[in-house]
Amino acid sequence: MSEINREAVAHLAQLARIEMTAEELDKMAGELDVIVDSIKTVSEVAGDDVPATSHPIPLTNVFREDVPGQTLTNEQALSGAPDAEDGRFKVPAILDEE
Amino acid sequence: MNELITHSAAELAAKLAAKEVSAVEVVQAHLDRIAEVDGEVNAFLHVNTEEALAVATEVDTARAAGGAEAGRLHGLAGVPIAIKDLIVTIGQPTTAGSAMLRGWMSPYDATVIQKIRAAKMPMLGKTNLDEFAMGSSTEHSAYGPTRNPWDLDRIPGGSGGGSAAAVAAYEAPLALGTDTGGSIRQPAAVTGSVGVKPTYGGVSRYGAIAMASSLDQIGPVSRTVLDSALLHEVIGGHDPADSTSLTDPVGALAEAARTGNVAGMRIGVVRELQGEGYDAGVQQRFDESLELLRGAGAEIVEVSCPNFKYALGAYYLIMPSEASSNLAKFDGVRYGLRVLPEDAPLTIERVMGASRAAGFGDEVKRRIILGTYALSAGYYDAYYGSAQKVRTLVQRDFDAAFAQADVLISPTAPTTAFKLGEKLDDPLAMYLNDVATIPANLAGVPGISVPGGLAGGLPVGIQFLAPAREDARLYRAGAALEKLLEDKWGGPLLAQAPVLGGVK
Amino acid sequence: MTAVTDEILSFEEAMEKYDPVLGFEVHVELNTRTKMFSAAPNVFGDEPNTNVTPVCLGLPGVLPVVNKAAVEYSIKIGLALGCRIAPSCTFARKQYFYPDTPKNFQTSQYEDPIAFDGSIDIELEDGTVFTVEIERAHMEEDAGKLTHLGGATGRIQGADFSLVDYNRAGVPLVEIVTKPIVGAGSRAPELAKAYVAAIREIVKNLGVSDARMERGNVRCDANVSLMPKGSTTFGTRSETKNVNSLRSVERAVRFEIQRHAAVLESGAAVTQETRHWHEDTRTTTAGRPKSDADDYRYFPEPDLVPVVTSEEWIEELRAQLPEPPAERRKRLKDAWGYSDAEFRDVVNAGVMDSIEETIAAGATPAVARKWWMGEVSRRAKEAEVDPAELGVTPETIVELDSLISAGKINDKLARKVLEYVLAGEGTPSEVVDKHGMAVVSDDGALLEAIDAALAAQPEVAEKIRGGKLQAAGAIVGGVMKATRGQADAGRVRELIFERLGVQG
Ligand SMILES: [Mg+2]
Ligand SMILES: [Zn+2]
Repeated sequence: MSEINREAVAHLAQLARIEMTAEELDKMAGELDVIVDSIKTVSEVAGDDVPATSHPIPLTNVFREDVPGQTLTNEQALSGAPDAEDGRFKVPAILDEE
Repeated sequence: MNELITHSAAELAAKLAAKEVSAVEVVQAHLDRIAEVDGEVNAFLHVNTEEALAVATEVDTARAAGGAEAGRLHGLAGVPIAIKDLIVTIGQPTTAGSAMLRGWMSPYDATVIQKIRAAKMPMLGKTNLDEFAMGSSTEHSAYGPTRNPWDLDRIPGGSGGGSAAAVAAYEAPLALGTDTGGSIRQPAAVTGSVGVKPTYGGVSRYGAIAMASSLDQIGPVSRTVLDSALLHEVIGGHDPADSTSLTDPVGALAEAARTGNVAGMRIGVVRELQGEGYDAGVQQRFDESLELLRGAGAEIVEVSCPNFKYALGAYYLIMPSEASSNLAKFDGVRYGLRVLPEDAPLTIERVMGASRAAGFGDEVKRRIILGTYALSAGYYDAYYGSAQKVRTLVQRDFDAAFAQADVLISPTAPTTAFKLGEKLDDPLAMYLNDVATIPANLAGVPGISVPGGLAGGLPVGIQFLAPAREDARLYRAGAALEKLLEDKWGGPLLAQAPVLGGVK
Repeated sequence: MTAVTDEILSFEEAMEKYDPVLGFEVHVELNTRTKMFSAAPNVFGDEPNTNVTPVCLGLPGVLPVVNKAAVEYSIKIGLALGCRIAPSCTFARKQYFYPDTPKNFQTSQYEDPIAFDGSIDIELEDGTVFTVEIERAHMEEDAGKLTHLGGATGRIQGADFSLVDYNRAGVPLVEIVTKPIVGAGSRAPELAKAYVAAIREIVKNLGVSDARMERGNVRCDANVSLMPKGSTTFGTRSETKNVNSLRSVERAVRFEIQRHAAVLESGAAVTQETRHWHEDTRTTTAGRPKSDADDYRYFPEPDLVPVVTSEEWIEELRAQLPEPPAERRKRLKDAWGYSDAEFRDVVNAGVMDSIEETIAAGATPAVARKWWMGEVSRRAKEAEVDPAELGVTPETIVELDSLISAGKINDKLARKVLEYVLAGEGTPSEVVDKHGMAVVSDDGALLEAIDAALAAQPEVAEKIRGGKLQAAGAIVGGVMKATRGQADAGRVRELIFERLGVQG
């Protein structure tokens, strides 16, 4: 129990870019703990000899030829933008990151 | 209530072809029905009146012109359809049931929408769903819950409750749904309608807003098995825009539905998908269906899929993991809700955090956080990696079962429709609704839910599962059971549903 | 943000005490016609947000499809780097939120890159060869372009807002990662430059990238760490991002070596962090420290299927590879018989290809070098273009040379002929005919001019008669003037001596 505490959820919320209040973090921690507890058995079922399946129907080498197709107009591209300027999407300041 | 709306899509198509009725009349009858009952049902988030009538007019004009132009019309031309609001459409808002996309207009059409347009099927509008298809009750919609036409205090299933309710309430003869863990089949079961999850890759996912890419599949929703087959033939087939799309031909699905014969068919009862956890009433209807099928010449065998008991757990790791990634794009930069935090500093990081906090509902946040957890450093192998291995085991169970049986059978959902709000605060109880539908998504195999009768006055669904690429078997078995039951009932199950919108 | 200036140790002192360990991640933009996962054109410099499809913007519902040409280019890069090509490889999602990344994840490769375990020999200017081991080369997609506006500077720090152009988003990239490079000692900065130059040359030679560093086609992240002399344990490394010219690569590595040495000398520990290179101050400043916030939550891309490479496919691509640049240089140098210095000058002048073509067209190596390093280079410098871009064809040079050999024109005339050829007046022979530029080979005409010149300068004629043969130059000059340079000076000199009865 309590593997997922408030600090852990706060870190996950930061990774997932969702702002959460202290109460939300506590509530989420409680709910996730129950859920994770109930699905934990999954990690004990399959041994090393069982391969992982990431696609239900296995396909390989699905390619596109290198031929240009239809593009959006600048107007279409920006049609849903919350804010735009000079044909580009406008976003608030990005403080010192990469 | 206009008599026209009670007809199946196949019947409407026949009447249109025979010019007994015009497409405009058909569309108008459904628009009238929506106006009449959707205030109660809330199946539609958007009604596409003008465009639907315009397409109907085109069909009528072409048909009136006769000759080659009329000959080019698709068999379902003029038969209206409702679209789950997870599928993007030009000209109508696409919201995914989320405040994040309130009023968002897509600049492109999903591949299935292009096919619907090519067939000249008038789109009646967009139907309600759990936000980003996350839920089993359509209560997690930012636009209010959809109600079950059988009992307006109950849930219509989810996430595709809007499409199922629209069809069950005669607001549309056909609808499109999406099924990630049962979101087409479980709503069909609890509303007394038909829903099909095709083989993974059988219908293009291009333009369906992704929840869990390796599980999602678009499929038909209808009142009859034949109608689903007809719609499946419209939307199915290879799409170069979807790398997971199969190149197989769609197959003669409608023909299989018309044949509807189970004589000599081996039907496998999945031991793990019945008994404990399944309502007595659900189990009773299921057992009766087995008897009918046996009587019609099917060979009923019992099969065991021992790893199905881990399917729910694996699903609730894979689905939120993929969803956490797929929903990262909703950040208030290119489209959708942008919320500025009230206090400084106004960094993009904080704007994204505030936008996602305001744009997503509780269930979506829960799954994103769960998925982020399952993928994070140090947990990946134990959670996501292990779940993908369980997926292999579930597939092996299916392989073994299909060595003994042509199709498998189970109840679609363990219970009938529960009351609105009943499970809203208990995510685990909500998740259990999908216990019988999830294995098919994990393995990519197709499944259908057909009405199996009533328990406590509420519909029960019977699910058939077939091997990958053998969707036709679902239609053959499903149509056979449908006929056996309707013969017994003296008509379709929905004829027993209470009248909506007062007596008119 | 005002960066604190870091202390540095002199390079010499740093080298006395420490051994540098280098590592490089070089991103190469491929010059395919379309992007990695969408059919949008891969074109530099167009109007913002016009070379975009719904896929490039990460609109809801979109799906990626792999560009086959990008895969083939990546395999070619792998082969040219001596790598093994993965029999099967997958794509993975690298998850982080940033507004230039439309899906908030980069589709890349993680556990199984398409190429791995290679090595290339890097030759420094003095001929020393270092072998650099390649860890992997993987396929991924580029991000959009951010422009930071407002605030005090155009830099990211202090910007009020940023504008995003997604034209570059989704351009195919190959990321080439080296194994740690040990043993370069004080040659480390030089090796860094030579390594990036070699990668640039290889991808350019393959034709898979425009390889223009000033456009960001080749971008280098340089990792530097130090070990005390005699130690074999790697120190903590810094990663200097986006060093985008050869000169900067050399300088940045040198600076980081000096900075690390100063940190270690002060008794402190080097921080593992990202550094930014500033060309203006020729220093690096700290970016984000590496923290557990860098949890990229990689998982297999569910929307894409594995790439499987057959032996036949790989061999087909291998057969298309051009000769490696280093091998080719060695072969040509040997064949042409140039000295080390001559050959290096030819390479540095960028005329190696032109000389090769000119020799292939029939010129001797000496003649080809004379023209390309002489007159053509001079004109190119005047015109401020590369010699190869001046428009001089190998055929022109061969023809000029044969006109000279045949005595039809002299060197001076030949330069004039070239000018007319470049002005578009035709081939050298055509120009000679058109302008009557052939040397005067008729002795009669020459004698006439000589007699006139001798008569005009009797005192010079006397001197020659008296044995001062070198005085003949003045008479030759007069003759050349009279014939507008079209005389063969050697023949004129002979005739003068004959006329005056002296032994030449
Ligand atoms: Mg890197
Ligand atoms: Zn990279």
